[in-house]
Amino acid sequence: METITKTSLKDKLIGQYELAKPSFVGDAAIREMAINAFAEQGLPGRKHEEYKYLNFELILKGDYSFSHSPSLAAQQIQTLYLLKDAYVAVFVNGQFNSNLSKLNDLPKGLIICSLPEAFEKHKTIVEQHYAKHADVNADNFIALNTALASDGCFVHVAKGAIIDKPIHLLYISSANENLILNTRNLVVVEENAQVKIVESFEVKDLTSKVVTNASSEIVVMSNAIVDHYKIQNESEQSVLVNTTQVYQEKQSVFSTVNFTLNGGVVRNNLNIVLGGEYIESHLNGLYLTKNNQQVDNHTLVDHRMPNCNSNELYKGIIDDKSVATFNGKIYVRKDAQKTNAFQSNKNILLSDDGTINTKPQLEIYADDVKCSHGTSTGKLDEDQVFYLRARGLSEASAKKLLMHAFASEVVGTVKIDELKEYLEAEISARFE
Amino acid sequence: MLLIKNLHASIDGKEILRGINLEVKAGEVHAIMGPNGSGKSTLSSVLAGREEYEVTAGEVIFNGKELLELSPEDRAREGVFLAFQYPIEIPGVSNINFLKTALNEIRAYKGLGPIEAKEFLKLVKEKQALVELQGSLANRSVNEGFSGGEKKRNEIFQMAMLEPKLAILDETDSGLDIDALRIVANGVNKLKSPDNATIVITHYQRLLDYIVPDFVHVLYKGQIVKSGTKELALELEEKGYDFIKEEVGA
Repeated sequence: METITKTSLKDKLIGQYELAKPSFVGDAAIREMAINAFAEQGLPGRKHEEYKYLNFELILKGDYSFSHSPSLAAQQIQTLYLLKDAYVAVFVNGQFNSNLSKLNDLPKGLIICSLPEAFEKHKTIVEQHYAKHADVNADNFIALNTALASDGCFVHVAKGAIIDKPIHLLYISSANENLILNTRNLVVVEENAQVKIVESFEVKDLTSKVVTNASSEIVVMSNAIVDHYKIQNESEQSVLVNTTQVYQEKQSVFSTVNFTLNGGVVRNNLNIVLGGEYIESHLNGLYLTKNNQQVDNHTLVDHRMPNCNSNELYKGIIDDKSVATFNGKIYVRKDAQKTNAFQSNKNILLSDDGTINTKPQLEIYADDVKCSHGTSTGKLDEDQVFYLRARGLSEASAKKLLMHAFASEVVGTVKIDELKEYLEAEISARFE
Repeated sequence: MLLIKNLHASIDGKEILRGINLEVKAGEVHAIMGPNGSGKSTLSSVLAGREEYEVTAGEVIFNGKELLELSPEDRAREGVFLAFQYPIEIPGVSNINFLKTALNEIRAYKGLGPIEAKEFLKLVKEKQALVELQGSLANRSVNEGFSGGEKKRNEIFQMAMLEPKLAILDETDSGLDIDALRIVANGVNKLKSPDNATIVITHYQRLLDYIVPDFVHVLYKGQIVKSGTKELALELEEKGYDFIKEEVGA
């Protein structure tokens, strides 16, 4: 029998809001609105249409703390830096760590700092964009994040600035107690600016369940070019809900590539609003799942204006009992004439017990558009495997070669050579 | 080199090969001809190790080894090469990478270390010239977007790179125009040596004008019903397969 005295996680999260309220930075009214939205929505359960394959009421069962500060030294996390030459902001359990970060020589036109610092020093620009794009009424986790987030990263690229090195936002989970973390980023790239941003999610000495609810708002102003990457390489105990909310102005180019290499439960919400004319958006993703992992990619491309192009390719290799979901929505609104919108989702199932749920959704309200979507799921092609074996390759190396070839279409879209090499090595190791 | 004894094979319970006997010695070229559905492609598939075919009786000895006991890759490593009738397209896998992997796995099987990069490139250049294959094709994905002729030339190019002891050409002439046919045949002839052997499987005599066989066998209803020299091929060309059917039927 259930006891009434047991506090639900939802109530505990709301309680945490009340507790932490005095220490919050930023606009209190936005948070108040967010926590009210969350109180109404709660955590998404089975009946939630957008979360039907991920029952978070079940996934999040447990008791959690909201912060944990281990001492980590730079030499302990050397392998997590990924890029030799980059501007790196490091977050340990959601908290900005200036000692581990490498932000000493930022070029002119670039600001990278923690969110609290941004609210203090760059108030005008932050308030102009913060929580203006990620809608608290649209998603449970956006509401929760907006209410509770106390740290994260602010990146600002000034008008016309072309940033020489990639920016790396590195999030490390390191704990021995269960945690729920809410981190929040704001990236503003002004007119004619260009920047490459890598977000990576990693673990170090993690022995407990860490739930990361990370949201980023990315504003790409007119004629700006942004290359964005997400590398998700956590542990089987990790739960990651990762929202990327993008707003593009006219003639801008935004490209994003999402790699899910490891994690217990990973949910990606990628929402892109094309708010001007002549915009280009590229969305690519690769997910490799195994054991009992659950990886769910939800994307939304919202064509609001005419003459824009969007191109989307998500690929997955699903092994063991893992479950992968792809749900890709494309809206083409009434005014968005001359839209080109393409979407493709391809999967390889390596085991009989794996599951792939794939759902492309096109909603088109304009009449002069070119749109297409396609999806395929299958095993490795037996004829291809045989052809390679007939030339002397072992069955294992034939399969490895074919999986590599399948993944290479997505890896090939990475424009940072060092990152590409890292990914190729990770993927190779995975197929050994 | 190759000894096939009373080979029976079936697919989905249907018997296709019904007692094949054949001996191929080093240095020889054998042609296997026959009408559609006689079992020509089944024979090459069984020799290469396609798993959907079930061998129900008989044995195949290749250089003293039970060929049918070996996996497809070990057959290749022992020196059996099948030029596919329909070469498979493999997008995303570069021809060169694939060949390098294949060559190195064959070398490892023989206890040799990986081939040096420089030596490999030299080999590629040399063998490409043999089949008049453009350098750009070698760097593309395996057979992807290749024309029919390019695919067949790529098969012979792979054969040249892997230097098999026994090459089985499965309907290599199908879909080739006369120029491509000449190039492919030329490649095969140049690779011929006293140490290796070739089995040419074909429906038409045409290819045998270019690759001249020492022996010609006629396959019909899963058995070799007639063997002879190259003149037999000419006779078949002239009279058609009906005369065989009549002879066998009689």
